[in-house]
Amino acid sequence: MSNTQQLNDLTTQVRRDIIRMVHKVNSGHPGGSLGCAEFFVALFKSIMERKEGFDMDGTNEDIFFLSNGHISPVYYSVLARSGYFPVNELNTFRLINSRLQGHPTTHEGLPGIRIASGSLGQGMSVALGAAQTKTLNKDPHLVYSLHGDGELQEGQNWEAIMYAAGNKVDNIICTIDLNGQQIDGSTDDVLPMGSIRAKFEAFGWTVIDIENGNDIDAILSGMAEAKSKTGQGKPVCVLLKTIMGNGVDFMMHTHAWHGKAPNDEQLAIGLAQNAETLGDY
Amino acid sequence: MKTYTNTGNKDTRSGFGAGLTELGKTNENVVALCADLIGSLKMDDFKANHPERFFQVGIAEANMIGLAAGMTIGGKIPFTGTFANFSTGRVYDQIRQSVAYSDKNVKICASHAGITLGEDGATHQILEDIGLMKMLPGMTVINPCDYNQTKAATLAIAEYDGPVYLRFGRPKVANFIPENQVFEIGKALQLTEGTDVTIVATGHLVWEALEASKALHEKGISAEVINIHTIKPLDDKAILDSVAKTGCIVTAEEHNYLGGLGESISRVLAKHHPTPQEFVATNDTFGESGTPAQLMEKYGLNSNAIINAAESVIKRK
Repeated sequence: MSNTQQLNDLTTQVRRDIIRMVHKVNSGHPGGSLGCAEFFVALFKSIMERKEGFDMDGTNEDIFFLSNGHISPVYYSVLARSGYFPVNELNTFRLINSRLQGHPTTHEGLPGIRIASGSLGQGMSVALGAAQTKTLNKDPHLVYSLHGDGELQEGQNWEAIMYAAGNKVDNIICTIDLNGQQIDGSTDDVLPMGSIRAKFEAFGWTVIDIENGNDIDAILSGMAEAKSKTGQGKPVCVLLKTIMGNGVDFMMHTHAWHGKAPNDEQLAIGLAQNAETLGDY
Repeated sequence: MKTYTNTGNKDTRSGFGAGLTELGKTNENVVALCADLIGSLKMDDFKANHPERFFQVGIAEANMIGLAAGMTIGGKIPFTGTFANFSTGRVYDQIRQSVAYSDKNVKICASHAGITLGEDGATHQILEDIGLMKMLPGMTVINPCDYNQTKAATLAIAEYDGPVYLRFGRPKVANFIPENQVFEIGKALQLTEGTDVTIVATGHLVWEALEASKALHEKGISAEVINIHTIKPLDDKAILDSVAKTGCIVTAEEHNYLGGLGESISRVLAKHHPTPQEFVATNDTFGESGTPAQLMEKYGLNSNAIINAAESVIKRK
């Protein structure tokens, strides 16, 4: 268990990784990545029970699926800084012959990745399947997953949400990144979804709110509460309210940096706001 | 010439069901998923014998494919079951990303393929699924020809590590492949030897090809019938060896000529041994309602069509 200061220091370093990766290749998705930096750090460094090394089956450990694969920069940074592959490999993000593809994939054998994602709406089904295999294998560990809020517009999610409750899959915690933004604007402008809490509850899920999804302590206590609700015959959903672009002031509270890279000057500003803590790759 | 005996008409989907029932007993990692078509897919026995390994997903095929992909993580071997149309076109992107690109050990088992689904008509028939599935990198595509071969194929794909599309059908058709015939993925079966024309067939058209070869024999034409059950990977050598002898070929399948077995064979021939070819397949069309026999006749998918194609292609040598 790491303390809050260590997790915050790592988060700052992860933010630097994200904007440096995206800047280098002038492509990628910094906004959602920055918004979820604290969540990924807390998940991999504190919340999940993980084995040393990586094997695809992930038996006897908690496992994680990223459904909104476009926030690969934060995923790659935290995987590397959790020991799944060398931190230096972050240098190859989105380059030809890299294992760090634009969207995460198992195809190049990158340790830590268990499924390809990018085409949206598929991750919850996959996570549920893995959770049911854990049940068959009498493996008491949990499956975690992360989904965008805009991603919930994909219909397959609602097939999965219905299935999970109907089949009492209760060894899974699906987190929704509630940043209120998607490519074309705010989710309320693009396709108003009403109350996501009410929808999950109506489908029979237990719903936990994390009001400040960019605060490590809030995430740790919210996820602990979520974990305490598993094993009770209902799937668990965490609504993680985050700020897109968090930690780089000009990227915050806007969809503008969903899939846009900073220029040299913007990178310098972003790095100045996030002083190096654990060493750049 | 070698002849084959129909031991009694049976549906290929029941061959799948029998294979799955056996796998339930012999391989504890096999799990089955179905999208509200247990009876149609003949999955009843597996469900009854292994309720903990059977997953009814409801009418939600996209979720079913994703669940299956996830279930492989931890070592299960999922067999999904629904109609061929809802196994492929409806869920192409789920198969593409979560199964094929992710290289997951999922067996997509598709019944009611082709036009012989019959009376339900074109919304439920599919004549494009072989093309859709063979285009996916890493996907193995298998279309067995009768009950015995479908059962053997079902057992064989459980032993193979990787994504598979297994295509079978609804109507009761001739059952003629010996029960003990070994099923080897990617290996063609030469059913008869001949010198004048090669007939390569898959699925329900294999029996029709054998019937055609008998009629051709009576006309003094020696046909070599080859059963291609695995469309991908294709047994190039078996095809090339045969056309080296016969000099012409008919391909026969219950599928659109665009994207089907015939096209795969054309590619092999164009590259290695350009050969006159005739296609017995549907001609870029949707199906319609009717009995299987009426539809096979109307869309040119029976032994008569194969006989005509053989006579035409021989003239082009």
